[in-house]
Amino acid sequence: MISIIIIVLGIIMIVAAFLAIHLKNLLSAIISAGVISLLASVIYLLLAAPDVAMTEAAIGSGLTTIIFIFTLKKIKRGDLDD
Amino acid sequence: MIKRIFILLALLGLVLMFLPFLKDFDFHEELSDLSSQYVEGSIKDLNTQNVVTSVIVTYRGLDTLGEVTVLFLATAGVGFLLRKKKASLKPRRSSELLQTASQFLFVLIILTGIYIFTHGHLTPGGGFQGGVLITTAFLLLILADVNLKFNHSILHFVESFSGAFYVMIGLFGLLLIGMNSFLDPAILPLGKFGNLLSAGAIPIIYSLVGLKVGSELTTILDKMGGE
Repeated sequence: MISIIIIVLGIIMIVAAFLAIHLKNLLSAIISAGVISLLASVIYLLLAAPDVAMTEAAIGSGLTTIIFIFTLKKIKRGDLDD
Repeated sequence: MIKRIFILLALLGLVLMFLPFLKDFDFHEELSDLSSQYVEGSIKDLNTQNVVTSVIVTYRGLDTLGEVTVLFLATAGVGFLLRKKKASLKPRRSSELLQTASQFLFVLIILTGIYIFTHGHLTPGGGFQGGVLITTAFLLLILADVNLKFNHSILHFVESFSGAFYVMIGLFGLLLIGMNSFLDPAILPLGKFGNLLSAGAIPIIYSLVGLKVGSELTTILDKMGGE
């Protein structure tokens, strides 16, 4: 049962990774990159590694996404100034 | 076209590199010698309920010190490269909902972070996770009030105090126990198994790591997101 869930999550992760590369809208690409980390943390939890799952959920899908969004905002503002 | 061929070749090379691991992979029914040493030692010698914590803080304590140092260098680099400029555009005010909710949630998230790093030796989690949670609370404040100014002297004081104290605890191990015991948590009494004040210096070390990570990442967020 657990292996089926992990396979489904893995397929969604691969689709999200593909989207993160190919989406034209950068904000959507950042969010789909965050989805990868979120699903990876669920997989860590299913594999009985709660410590790693917490780290991945907090840093991978939380902080990294936010820092990317901040950076995107800064880059866009730089375009407006020029 | 040629670029795509090179990308495919690089991917094929990666597959060839990782193929032996897949071929020789087998499930271990029992722990190897090193892991069973860790599992038994963390319960017998260190009185830690969470084996992961005892590995991170004690058996691989020097690596954790190195990780914290790397994070410090990253913060210093961000602070050096991203100097603050005067805001050219007037920032948009955030919504009433976000402002009210952030004041309510801020304390709760900070408390959860403190719980996670003080209970690192009992439950999953520890200094790094708790520190990142504390950063998330400050992120909420930044999102709610764009013109928020952090008191940098307090942030820098917390960061340098926890870093210096962490190294000092390590040196106390050398002083009190003897050679080969840098960062040994047995400088404090080990206590009763499963209590909050047990496992020697591990809760103190993890609290210091949590404070250090939280203040460093808050500085990074402030530098990145501040208008």
